[in-house]
Amino acid sequence: MFDVAIIGAGVMGCSTALFLARAGMKVVLLDRGAICREASGVNAGTLTMQMTRAALIPYALRAHEMWLRMPEWCNGGHVLATACPGLSVAFTEHEAAMLEERAHFRRQAGAPIELVTPARAQEIEPRLSGGVIAAGHCPIDGFTSAYLTGRAFRPALLNAGVELRENCAVRGIAAGFVLDTLAGEVQAKRIVLAGGVWLQDMAAWLGVTLPIKVLVNQLVVTERMAPVMRTVLGVASGLLSLKQYANGSVLIGGGWQGIGDRVRGGLAVKPESFLGNVRLAAHAVPALREARVLRAWLGLEAETADALPAIGPIPGIEDAWIIGSVHSGYTSGPYLGKLLAQAICGRAPELPLFPIDRLLAQEKAA
Amino acid sequence: MMHDIAVLGGGPAGMAAATEAARRGARVVLLEESAAPGGQVYRAPPTGFVVPADADSRVGDALRAALRQSGAEIRPGCRVWGVGGGPLVPQGMAAAPFRLDALAPDGQSFAVEARALVLCTGTHERIIAFPGWTLPGVLGLAAATILLKAHGVLPGRRVVVAGAGPLLYAVAAKLLKAGAEVAAVVDLAHSREWVRALPALAARPDLLARGVAWRAKLLARGIRVMAGAQVSAAAGGEVLERARVGDTWIDCDALCVGHGLVPATEATRAFRAAHRYAAAEGGWVPVLDADQRCSVPFLYAAGDGAGVRGAAAAPASGRLAALAALHDLGMLPDHAAARAAPARDLARAARAGGAMARMMALRPELVQAIPPETVVCRCEGVTRAEIDAACADGAGDMNQMKQFTRCGMGPCQGRLCGETAAELVAMHCGGRERAGFATGRLPLRPVAMDALLGDFDYADIPVPNAAPI
Repeated sequence: MFDVAIIGAGVMGCSTALFLARAGMKVVLLDRGAICREASGVNAGTLTMQMTRAALIPYALRAHEMWLRMPEWCNGGHVLATACPGLSVAFTEHEAAMLEERAHFRRQAGAPIELVTPARAQEIEPRLSGGVIAAGHCPIDGFTSAYLTGRAFRPALLNAGVELRENCAVRGIAAGFVLDTLAGEVQAKRIVLAGGVWLQDMAAWLGVTLPIKVLVNQLVVTERMAPVMRTVLGVASGLLSLKQYANGSVLIGGGWQGIGDRVRGGLAVKPESFLGNVRLAAHAVPALREARVLRAWLGLEAETADALPAIGPIPGIEDAWIIGSVHSGYTSGPYLGKLLAQAICGRAPELPLFPIDRLLAQEKAA
Repeated sequence: MMHDIAVLGGGPAGMAAATEAARRGARVVLLEESAAPGGQVYRAPPTGFVVPADADSRVGDALRAALRQSGAEIRPGCRVWGVGGGPLVPQGMAAAPFRLDALAPDGQSFAVEARALVLCTGTHERIIAFPGWTLPGVLGLAAATILLKAHGVLPGRRVVVAGAGPLLYAVAAKLLKAGAEVAAVVDLAHSREWVRALPALAARPDLLARGVAWRAKLLARGIRVMAGAQVSAAAGGEVLERARVGDTWIDCDALCVGHGLVPATEATRAFRAAHRYAAAEGGWVPVLDADQRCSVPFLYAAGDGAGVRGAAAAPASGRLAALAALHDLGMLPDHAAARAAPARDLARAARAGGAMARMMALRPELVQAIPPETVVCRCEGVTRAEIDAACADGAGDMNQMKQFTRCGMGPCQGRLCGETAAELVAMHCGGRERAGFATGRLPLRPVAMDALLGDFDYADIPVPNAAPI
């Protein structure tokens, strides 16, 4: 009998598991695949405030700090987190207005974003396109190598005594939190659903209807190239994230949509999305034209009806919890897991959770 | 324009597939990466280059002539970087036409669409890492073949030829003919393995005779042929200077080494077709029926890319694939009669080809012998020790190992390191089936951004709607 069973070993599940185990709980962490192999391992690793929803800024700022200091709280595990300035740019008057409005909301939420002139933006990012007419600058930004996330968490989890069961799909949950898994039954006093885009199916095991929309985000990476940029670069709409890693490769993201779904996973890039995303990147940093595109892939991001997170107790089912559907969830992930662990341990979380009552009420009304 | 059938790859299988389909009235397009169709064995010499005719060039010329006369649209020099359509559509949608995205020789982007797609993508060479294998002067047997055949260039003056399979003797014979000194032929196979293969080779007396002639030529010239032996290390300062076999260091300025051929499954993996691991056929291969149909409707694979059976078997499998595609498209009523001859040809040729493929199958002892500090992934500089450590840290399959180490994330896209790395992962996780393979990704080849992007205006970029604030 475990104190808590966490289903889904992404960044949310791993962080929740780690902090619960350290608080003395006997934790089992299950995943149908390998640790952090879905969204948590294939996302753009962006630690940017300028793509984070305003309501999540306080969380993202704290998580930014956690990512940068990960070795200290994760037994030396790390994701090559790098701090750098962030720029969000506008090429048209319409985008400039959007930039200003969005910077305002995010600044109110605590992100130190200032609007700068194109000349100043080019001082910060010398290879920036001459077509930029306005920019938002945030000194707190950065990026990680998301593909290292599983490797970073794994030893710390095992050290903390978490029982990690990879490739152990859960097929359903019976009364008393008896989990029907591929490798037999697992029983726990509490459960945490941390299954990304599969939260909808997991909630259904408990008879809860929680619609989760699936975003099929596309990413593109180039071969290593000489340094062309030193910021995390985005556009006002949020439809671009661009950064160059220490090894020279440039990662192009921004949430352009590919083909896929929660049953088949990320299947294929759409040629028009692929081309559009890469063109937007080269429009922002023209030197990227010299690169060769090496690989494109897709990751599934979950979104609730109001695009705000689902984090908190599951109404009507004692000791059942949920965490996920966080926009740019990787950025805030480790901090949100820590908060949920506080709540599960019966303490008041440092910052409020995002209970799902609002989503279930909506569903009932509809 | 919508084609009935697109053929990807213009080796013997692709040429035969396109020819067969076009002759029977289908609208066919063939895309090929090289400057002319031919593939590796029947590679066409560059324009204006005259190469004396031999058995291979005569077969290649005949396949090319038939292709030209068939009416198929031939597009050589095209780098196909994208495959899509077919089953790769949003949930609930009917299968789409297949789509190939490519760059033309002049750098222009284009796409072709077809109702059926025949993949004849050939193989890439397996080179199991050993100390010194990344030194300049060490190259693949297939690379040496290209240098010799297409460019008339010697890889070195004094050459060690090492590895497995018939390519070993073909390269040695070609080197001698071209005037190089062959310092040694180092064959992984023991003589008894060749003897065991003889009955199967008897099905193709022409190929057998040629192999015997190659061996005889080496013997006549007093070339050292070491059977059941391997190059365990290469060494030199800036470049290769010597290769080690057993306790002996052999001076050389080129080492042509190949440990077999691996089917190129980038496209079938991208389509999420079913695959199976078949060591004797070169590795992971698409699951096919007797007519070369993949698990994905209207998708076919033929030639060595569908499982190594050799160039002689490739045209028959290409024809079978084309006939199946025509039949599935409703363009060939009497399929049973049409397929009989190529099916027979394939069975016969595959017997000899299969024996050679088994000789070229991966030899796990080579992987076991790799020292910890030896680089396995040369693009990313990942050593065996790092792969072992990632497996010890919980990477239980190829995709997770790739994430944990960056092995296979470089410009070769895993083509060079993949076999060694997979075997290492398999040693930890309990077999190649469990180790799996890296998920198929686009682009199929690295593609120059500049050519891809073309000229565009900012206003033309279809930027999606902004996310909520």
